[in-house]
Amino acid sequence: MSSSTIKSAYWTGVRHGAPFLLVIVPFAVLFGVVGTEAGLNLAEVMGFSVLVIAGAAQFTAVQMMSDNAPTLIVIVTALAVNLRMAMYSASLTPYLGEAPLWKRALVAYFLVDQTFAVGHARFEARPGMTLAERLAYLFGVITPVCPTWYAMTLVGALVGQGIPPEYALDFAVPITFIAMIAPALRTAAHVAAAGVSVALGLALAFMPYNTGLLLAALGAMIVGAQVELWTGRRE
Amino acid sequence: MNMGTAEIWMIIVALGIGSFLIRFSFLGIIGNRRIPDWVLRHLRYTPVAVLPALVAPMVVWPAATGGAFDPPRVLAAAAALGLGYATRNVVAAIGAGAVTLYAMLYLLG
Repeated sequence: MSSSTIKSAYWTGVRHGAPFLLVIVPFAVLFGVVGTEAGLNLAEVMGFSVLVIAGAAQFTAVQMMSDNAPTLIVIVTALAVNLRMAMYSASLTPYLGEAPLWKRALVAYFLVDQTFAVGHARFEARPGMTLAERLAYLFGVITPVCPTWYAMTLVGALVGQGIPPEYALDFAVPITFIAMIAPALRTAAHVAAAGVSVALGLALAFMPYNTGLLLAALGAMIVGAQVELWTGRRE
Repeated sequence: MNMGTAEIWMIIVALGIGSFLIRFSFLGIIGNRRIPDWVLRHLRYTPVAVLPALVAPMVVWPAATGGAFDPPRVLAAAAALGLGYATRNVVAAIGAGAVTLYAMLYLLG
């Protein structure tokens, strides 16, 4: 392997990551706006995007904080949203497991939905890639996606301070979540899980400290997994 | 929100560390051992299990109306769901929800 194939793997990654800017830019701006509206200061909003770097979990945490849920429940629920990433981590291990620990740690920090989906598809399609090419490709995908997440959060936080309530921004969060969930309703199992989640989420809303949300999520996961077994389909 | 700075930063740091550990789990610690199928089967549904339960009360009992049922918000949610499902396009779904919300707030007041 030469440095030119590694360079070209990197730039291929950049090209494959770039289209996600269409999703990342509005999401990141929205998080900045919503976080600021919820009462977080600039450092706190940026702390979320830099340290947590996971849109759905960040929106979940901010929403629950606005509902004054207890700290522990906020942490557990937002982490539950991120549990799918354990699956991503496991799927990439056969391709990147030989890399030095610090590089694996860096990949782990930048492992988001988009970088995983593109990276995994590429590694699967091209089994002949060397470890160095795989890493270069993945860091190529990360290059447009992750720094943009930070920068556009900052833009949203700065803009958000001046948006008046008649713009009904309270509803940006539910709309965003629905927009994220709807395309994920690929199978009967996903639809069943989402349906149970809605039903239990409403039925258990009376429970103290947002614990109903956790029970609803647990019930929905079990139903999704069961329906998958019955229908024998994955995704 | 009624949260102090220390509590907010505790949440941010705990989520940062927790999210990193979830992502680092197999890459860094567990390695090539397989996840049992039944665990994978449950992990696959974590986003569709958590997010709808979080959203549903916000749609049916919005805080902005003091918890009163609000047709523009319910219609906006339906538009985002319908378009997101049909097009599989997140940005299009957000657009449909926002346009519907503003149009209905204007029409229905």
